[in-house]
Amino acid sequence: MRDVLRHHLFWPVAALVALLVANTVARPSFLAVTVRDGHLFGAPIDILRTTAPLLLVALGMTLVIATRGIDLSVGAVVAVSGAVALSHIASSPNPDSPVTVLTAIALALVLCLLLGVWNGFLVSVLGIQPIIATLILMTAGRGVAMLITGGMITTVNSAPFKVLGSGFWLGLPVAAVIAFGVFAVVAFVVRRTALGMLLEATGINPAASRLSGVRSRTLTWTVYTASGLFAGLAGLLISADTMAADANNAGLFIELDAILAVVIGGTALSGGKFNLSGTLVGALVIATLERTVTVLGISPLVTPLFMALVVIAVTLLQSPRMRERLTAARRRQVMAPAEPPSTARPDSTPDSTEVKA
Amino acid sequence: MTTSAPAPGAAPTEPVAPRARARKLPARLDRRYLPVLGTFVVLALMLIVGGTRYENFLTPAVISNLFINNAHLIVLAVGMTFVILTGGIDLSVGSVLALSTVITAALLQAGLPVPVVLPLSVGAGTVIGLAHGVMIHYFQVQPFVATLAGMFLARGLCFLIAPESIAIDDPSFVALASWVQIFGEWRMTSSVLIALIVVGLGFLVLHFTRFGRTVYAIGGGEQSALLMGLPVARTKVLAYVVSGTCAGLGGLLFAMFSRSGYSLTGVAMELDAIAAVVIGGTLLTGGTGFVLGSVLGVLVLGLIQTIITFEGTLSSWWTKIVIGVLLLIFVALQRVLSLRRT
Amino acid sequence: MTQQNTPPVVEMTGISVEFPPVKALDGVDFSLRPGEIHALMGENGAGKSTLIKALTGIHSPTAGTIRVDGVERRFSGPADARAHGVSTVYQEVNLCENLTVAENIMLGAEPRVLGGLNWRAIRRQAATHLERMGLDIDPGSSLGSHSLAVQQLVAICRATVGDCKVLILDEPTSSLDTDEVAHLFTVMRALRDDGVAILFVSHFLDQVYEVSDHMTVLRNGTLVGEYVTADLPASELVQHMIGRSMDVLEAAEEVLEQAERPADATPLLQVVGLGRKGSVQPFDLDLYEGEVVGLAGLLGSGRTELARLLTGADRADTGEARVAGRPTRLRNPRAAMRHRIAYTSEDRKGEGVVDGLTVRENIVLALQAERGWMRPLPRKQVDELVAKYIQQLGIRPADPEALLRNLSGGNQQKVLLARWLATAPKLLVLDEPTRGIDVGAKAEIQKLVAELAADGMSVVFISAELEEVLRISHRIAVLRDRRKVAEIDGNRASMDQVVELIAGGGAA
Repeated sequence: MRDVLRHHLFWPVAALVALLVANTVARPSFLAVTVRDGHLFGAPIDILRTTAPLLLVALGMTLVIATRGIDLSVGAVVAVSGAVALSHIASSPNPDSPVTVLTAIALALVLCLLLGVWNGFLVSVLGIQPIIATLILMTAGRGVAMLITGGMITTVNSAPFKVLGSGFWLGLPVAAVIAFGVFAVVAFVVRRTALGMLLEATGINPAASRLSGVRSRTLTWTVYTASGLFAGLAGLLISADTMAADANNAGLFIELDAILAVVIGGTALSGGKFNLSGTLVGALVIATLERTVTVLGISPLVTPLFMALVVIAVTLLQSPRMRERLTAARRRQVMAPAEPPSTARPDSTPDSTEVKA
Repeated sequence: MTTSAPAPGAAPTEPVAPRARARKLPARLDRRYLPVLGTFVVLALMLIVGGTRYENFLTPAVISNLFINNAHLIVLAVGMTFVILTGGIDLSVGSVLALSTVITAALLQAGLPVPVVLPLSVGAGTVIGLAHGVMIHYFQVQPFVATLAGMFLARGLCFLIAPESIAIDDPSFVALASWVQIFGEWRMTSSVLIALIVVGLGFLVLHFTRFGRTVYAIGGGEQSALLMGLPVARTKVLAYVVSGTCAGLGGLLFAMFSRSGYSLTGVAMELDAIAAVVIGGTLLTGGTGFVLGSVLGVLVLGLIQTIITFEGTLSSWWTKIVIGVLLLIFVALQRVLSLRRT
Repeated sequence: MTQQNTPPVVEMTGISVEFPPVKALDGVDFSLRPGEIHALMGENGAGKSTLIKALTGIHSPTAGTIRVDGVERRFSGPADARAHGVSTVYQEVNLCENLTVAENIMLGAEPRVLGGLNWRAIRRQAATHLERMGLDIDPGSSLGSHSLAVQQLVAICRATVGDCKVLILDEPTSSLDTDEVAHLFTVMRALRDDGVAILFVSHFLDQVYEVSDHMTVLRNGTLVGEYVTADLPASELVQHMIGRSMDVLEAAEEVLEQAERPADATPLLQVVGLGRKGSVQPFDLDLYEGEVVGLAGLLGSGRTELARLLTGADRADTGEARVAGRPTRLRNPRAAMRHRIAYTSEDRKGEGVVDGLTVRENIVLALQAERGWMRPLPRKQVDELVAKYIQQLGIRPADPEALLRNLSGGNQQKVLLARWLATAPKLLVLDEPTRGIDVGAKAEIQKLVAELAADGMSVVFISAELEEVLRISHRIAVLRDRRKVAEIDGNRASMDQVVELIAGGGAA
């Protein structure tokens, strides 16, 4: 029991379970998944689909945060990505041609990759604080997106592009397949290669890492680039869902949601040790939360209030002071029945077992 | 600061040649004041360029409006300066501002008198700021996350109180809002007056109280400040209280400006406040910066808007791009300065 | 000194501090009298800093009493302690670099007018205090613009503001050079003569002997005894501290004496006219296999800077380097690593350990970084490697999954050494590998260096302790004022000769 409580995924998973239970109580059929037209349907599937863009953004954010950074520009990049793709499709004579759509996707992704490169350049080469460096693009990015769309909300009709947002593949939403697929591949690469450890080393002590021959600069640059690319992909999923490029509102606050997902997942904003599984749970918690609000029949306008409560609860429970208190309470419990004069048991050392990926 | 008189107590070590005052000013001016000076230069350049390009630009009316339109932002920036000086950040100010406008409007609509409403709406900000401070200091939640939660909380409360915009027609509030002092062509509204008072108070507090100096000390090194025996806990919490209160007051000013309370006001306004502080020469790492710089930062942001309006053909999104570019320039400037220091 | 009969200003009896399951202090008695400089001695982990922290209220003792001026007290923290006349100056300067010198001295006890700060009075009083310290600096200048030594003195200045009865100096000299230490000691003696009780902690035995009147020795959290400095020979002191004889040190010397370089060897690394503006003047240096070259010089003489150029940590702007006769450029640490050159920085915390990673990850870091992230070391190989070094270097705790931040300084240093040994270096540059670690670990590291050289590795060894450099180096390069001034045979060099070179006398 003690190990379960101390596991880094305990509180995020508990939050997720609590939300699912609340939903099921309010609507007993909530967890039911049915097959219709060969596709899976149901609230859980819906949640997976709406998690997709957030998961992608949070994935990049986790890697950036591991290096002690932060990427505030992802929301703007989401907007730019949608703006580029849809503008290209809208301006083409043949919006339903796969070639047009593929070019649009490629254009958007390349541009977002470049935006990521720009962020990475500011942070790793010029040495500007990440929060400021990405604030620049966060501010200017939406302006750029508006420049691309001419300030309008561009809407298009393109069947192949729409698949990204609302299509199904093997019965599952294409968006979810893409996002979870990318997530799985990245998670595999990070943990099976030495990338994870080197990122953590860079995040914890950049100077020591450099002297140890870690290519910190390249790594840092890479994660910002990846973050830009993933945000671009997320932007495509979002714009394909609505088939509209709204430079003002596409991906609005997604950077905050993504940071929350990372934090809820137990990765500290101060960098270093990170865990992607936590981020996955965090993203699911946020998506489920949004869903819960509608299920419980609360006005969606109050969603922020719920977000706040969940964030406060989870961060407080994860805070060092709260943990100390919990550990102390537990120790008292353990010590109370058997109070032998022999010294404390070895397994109660508070520190070394704390964070392990 | 004369050092001519020798210390009354015996000097145990050999007193070094008393050639004290030769170097009072040199080389120090540039470092700490350069970013602010840079902001000032940019502001002056913008005024000059605007003045030569457009007629009726350098007029008291335009300058007065600059202050009138941005009074709330000035107040937010003052509060944000306190927090950023401690090395923290407050993402909630935009939402708290909205909450304050909504509370003001709702309470006035309910018929409460102005003297009751004003402290309540400002106090809401104070309470949220206090909550931030407690979360950040006592529960060691990162400022970014804690104030992010506060941002959602305040926004959610807004919708809870008033899903729709509420117009304010309370006569005494309207009278307060439309109070104006006219000096020739210059106009000063009550909100500008309040904003200027807040700036003055902010300056005095930061430079002439122990609290203010402790704010700087925490930004210079929290651990050090703690070991120096300074009241770190109280100061840190208080910095967020100041920021929250400023946001509440900013909401009041905004309500006076817009004569309404609306849940969606001030979305992303925290970014403007942060941008103003950064452009004003305050380092986000904490410890260096000035309230007056932040005011200059707000004026720069306001002027961009004004110029784009004057230009006429430029679309509004250029504002964002220009602010981004300016941020880049200032950040690069700060970077160069800090590199030269080491 | 006749303070034996004056009542102690601090009297701690039966102090125990526990961090379950560890007992950091066990029933320690300690007393401090006005007008004495009292050294607190012990290895790392002996409980020195715990005792200080118990006194200043950072740790709360589980047993025992603390009396200050005869009144029993438990301070709530440094601020409370200070209010009762007990001030502490720590090893790292704990002041705010962004504030002015005056503020750093006066903040907390600043004069006010009308509820606000009285800047005039603050500056004036700060100036008075500075003058008392013999410091001629502008109180209005920002602290960050001064050297570490000055900052340290400013910290002491701050500590003595107000009614300071007890001054605790925790390793104040570790980053000061000889002149600065002398200045500090003058100040300390003056304060002592004013009746201040000074508690002094230092790893430098010679300094302790130079300045202290009494010493208290701790070992493993228990009191060994209190001694009059003049009556306790250094060798006995060391025995009290480590609780074992000096065999280890002697062993190091024996290994060293056997090593001998063949006459016609090509240097492993040869640098000619290597230099960097503002850091170190161009110098020549040949490094051979199986040889330990010591770098002697004061802090700031360029010894660290020289090491950084040799290892690519900084980029040279003049001169050239040859590895085994082939010209090469040591542009960055990676370039140096390709030539099997390894470097451990003097700044263990800032540039050495990655404290949030485990012992295992820290050990394989350099090796893995060299391979690149795409080719992870096989887990089996990692485990073998880590087990080997934990065993060989005696790293404690012997747990590969322990986080590095939970290891003592000496063990962290060993992990760092392991990190580089794992890359099988031909040249190992060690900058202050023994700073701030206990005597036992120090001896082990010296012994290891000698063994590595005996196995054919080339080692560059830097230490602020001249004795140590003399003991283990075959050859010594002496630096002064950012310039290499001499190179002498380590076996025949005498302490006096090297000191003279460092100080700038003739004879080369």
